[in-house]
Amino acid sequence: MTKQFTLTIDGVQVTVPEGTLVVDAAKLAGIDIPVFCYHPKMEPAGNCRMCLVEIGRPVLDRASGQAVMENGQPKIQFMPKLETACTNTVSEGMVVLTQTEKARDGQKGTLEFLLTSHPLDCPICDKGGECPLQNLTVEHGPGKSRFLYDEKLHFAKQVPLGELIWLDRERCIQCARCIRFQDEVVGEAVLGFEERGRSTQIISLSEPGFDSVFSGNTTDICPVGALTTADFRFGARPWELSASASICSQCPVGCNTTLNTRREAKAGGGIVVKRVMPRQNEEVNEIWMCDKGRFAHHYAESQQRLVKPSIRQAKASWTDAFELVTKNFESSRSDVVVLASGRLSNEDLFNLKSLADGLGGRSILYTDMGGGDLTALVGVGQGTDLGKLGKGDVLLVVASDLYEEAPIWYLRVKQAADRGATLIVANARATKLERFAKYAIRYANGDELKTIAGLHGDGKIAQEFANAQNAVVFYGGDGLGLGGTTDLAPACAKLLKDTNHIGRANNGLVGVWQRANDQGAWEMGFRPEADLASALKGRVVYIVGADPAGDDPALALALKGAKFIVAQDILETLTTQMADVVLPAQAYTEREGSYTSGERRVQRFYAAVPVRGEAKADFAIAGEIGRRLGLNMENGSARITFDRLAANLKDFAGLDYNKLAEVKPQWPIVGRGDLYYGGTTYENKQGLGVQLSTAAERGETVSLPEVRKDSALRPKEDELLAVPVTKLYDLGATVSSTGLLCQRIGAATISLHPEAAKRLGLEAGMRVALSFDGLGGEALVKIDDTISAGVALVPRSMGLAVREPVSVRVQILAEAKVN
Amino acid sequence: MRVIEPIWELSRGLARTFLSLFEKPVTVQYPEEKREVRPRFRGRHVLKRYDNGLEKCIGCSLCAAACPADAIFVEAAENTDEKRFSPGERYASTYEINMLRCIYCGFCEDACPTEAIVLGDNYELSFTDRRDAIYPKEMLLEPVSAASLLTPRSVEPGVFKRSVPAMKDPQD
Repeated sequence: MTKQFTLTIDGVQVTVPEGTLVVDAAKLAGIDIPVFCYHPKMEPAGNCRMCLVEIGRPVLDRASGQAVMENGQPKIQFMPKLETACTNTVSEGMVVLTQTEKARDGQKGTLEFLLTSHPLDCPICDKGGECPLQNLTVEHGPGKSRFLYDEKLHFAKQVPLGELIWLDRERCIQCARCIRFQDEVVGEAVLGFEERGRSTQIISLSEPGFDSVFSGNTTDICPVGALTTADFRFGARPWELSASASICSQCPVGCNTTLNTRREAKAGGGIVVKRVMPRQNEEVNEIWMCDKGRFAHHYAESQQRLVKPSIRQAKASWTDAFELVTKNFESSRSDVVVLASGRLSNEDLFNLKSLADGLGGRSILYTDMGGGDLTALVGVGQGTDLGKLGKGDVLLVVASDLYEEAPIWYLRVKQAADRGATLIVANARATKLERFAKYAIRYANGDELKTIAGLHGDGKIAQEFANAQNAVVFYGGDGLGLGGTTDLAPACAKLLKDTNHIGRANNGLVGVWQRANDQGAWEMGFRPEADLASALKGRVVYIVGADPAGDDPALALALKGAKFIVAQDILETLTTQMADVVLPAQAYTEREGSYTSGERRVQRFYAAVPVRGEAKADFAIAGEIGRRLGLNMENGSARITFDRLAANLKDFAGLDYNKLAEVKPQWPIVGRGDLYYGGTTYENKQGLGVQLSTAAERGETVSLPEVRKDSALRPKEDELLAVPVTKLYDLGATVSSTGLLCQRIGAATISLHPEAAKRLGLEAGMRVALSFDGLGGEALVKIDDTISAGVALVPRSMGLAVREPVSVRVQILAEAKVN
Repeated sequence: MRVIEPIWELSRGLARTFLSLFEKPVTVQYPEEKREVRPRFRGRHVLKRYDNGLEKCIGCSLCAAACPADAIFVEAAENTDEKRFSPGERYASTYEINMLRCIYCGFCEDACPTEAIVLGDNYELSFTDRRDAIYPKEMLLEPVSAASLLTPRSVEPGVFKRSVPAMKDPQD
């Protein structure tokens, strides 16, 4: 137990742990000390001087160490000058005065200084209305400035720091929150100060500008309008926006978000999502989110949206479409294959599974990653919070590039390592997370299982893992396909079980899935199929939220051989073009539902915008088909569907929408009127979600599948093995329909070891033709000396259908320099 | 006395009537004739321009925020030198006032930081369709005397460098 100190702030007594900063203690006591540079998620800097207060400490007798008493009260000695509340830690008996004339004078003077060169262009500033500088000037600032208006320092207009973030140097007050965020929180020092004195300005130190996937967060914590997003530039005034709670649908982290909506003339007066902001959930995303989640929301408003059902490419009514679908499902019951992806919500997947089971057909999860059954057995326990891991804990990241696959996990894992947790990164190539790892294990492709097996026993790393208080293992599909990950998961699970790191909070296995709700799909009973092509041939296929034809020409071919195809999606895809019946579904912004995150936290999202056209929610469509087939299914309410789901699945027992919507107080306090403290992150009033219990936690016997000794995939002599890796910004529909992020996608690449490139006579920047598995494609050559010589990295969703490690032949096309 | 008093009162009244025959009539032959409005009359809004024809409105939406009847809808966009509407960075790409909602209180005028929106002297508003009551920006903008003063227009790069045009404190 840390020592507790009691201090008095403006007459309010407050008891806080040792080491607490005065500004935080005041916050706990309900007193807002104005700050600009201080942020509760970062180390104090003390460079804005806004938090000046009077601080007095009890006078101690030198001989006895006891407080000197005066009139029965401890004698308090005040410092002759004001002190900063953000750099002083509390001490016993401290007295803080924030409202004295001296303190107010100090704050007023600081603001007058900060405003000497501020352009006061609030009417056109995107921050205007939610600007700490505006708020604090109204509250604490002087009515007039004694400085000369004509001597204001002028910079040229706003400049882009990168494609996503704009900088207005006149508005900047040099608090360095953005720089410190990149340095301390993210660990990517891509911003810095240039020049001195009044000419001090923020510059980007990277090429391309502001090269970080967390750049949007700097606009949230910027206390002025210096950093704004290009996406929201002049988009709306903050007070005009309505807010609806949502969950990010881009990756398995499940960041809590708020969708800001407003009417838009361009949309014919319809309500559209203007921006996506993080919503505080300290156990999931804290107050951050990545740029993909922030900017890649435009796909829901894309022109490619399906708005009306169609039968063989001709527009049709829902009744006709339902009738045709029902007729075909009815006549070939057990031949029906439901192929669904983790883009769908728990409710959708539950109804689809019920439909498949009711017909006696198959339900297949469309994914390239296995092991979700094991995360339900030995996943992280209830109450897991990566933010609490530190000294004595171990984090193991295997075959996953968290920076590209699940950026907020990267951030949280990195911060756990900063707090003293032992980070072990095991991968076949260098990843960004490796820099923070105590042990970086670089294995050869194909040695994944051997590497995990090596963590059992007496080795130094193995010992540290076994002796850890808490251990979390993240495993992913970096360089692996469905087969490889299906083999990897039991190995990781066994490691955790053998070292007794299961069945408790902050211990267990986490899958770094490809899609937001893959974990939920596993919970509902969907399972992937190794030979998907032959599972589809000759069947009646119901494809929901997936585009197999667009992803893989082999699957497109298989679909051509299907008996009947029903495709249900929000956007037009190659699969919907091949389908006999197309059913338009609602985007997650238009409906209610819930996702299960990779940490098995079930979280609710809410409707934010009106439904496009005649689209229906996925669960409602599946429910309607089920009803027409005589099955007892819900086709109207997401809440009732969830209740049914909870009644049917053991892990979800006792859950309902009200439980998911429960909140509790969180630290730091954000979202009150004082936006200067935590930034513009939204306060969480709509639910923190509930983590599912694991089988191990409930004390059930955990029997793991046999761990294979070796997975067969490793490069053979004189052969190039193409392995898939994940890129955050790929050609997937979510990114490519966002103009801003498109600029960061880049070309399809193939990364080779310098030796392999030399052997094949290739140089960086060459355009090559690839042929694999009877398929082909083009890519630019990249050289990466951290990968094995016989291996080539091919990014997923970049037009090259490498879903499993596969032998590839490379042929030079033409020379083009890659920038 | 009882007889004389009413007659006296009656003739006094009729005398007033008779005298007014020779007064200048107050009746105005509207619509052929129109009376000038008072200096502080609050009529239909006008979006003002600078002398060079550029729009004063910067699309800040403060008028919409101040409007008690929620009659104003503003959307902003960014100026470029090739397509410039206003001297600063930002202009109103959409500016609509629903004249049926407007209560002519003049709060929008008060809120406007650039004195762009002004309640003019036009009170002749009539519509045959509710939708016609929504006046778009083209109808609200002050007309110009020459085509060269029209917006948007292409300007020399580097002339308009400030994020907001330099403004004097508003004078009454």
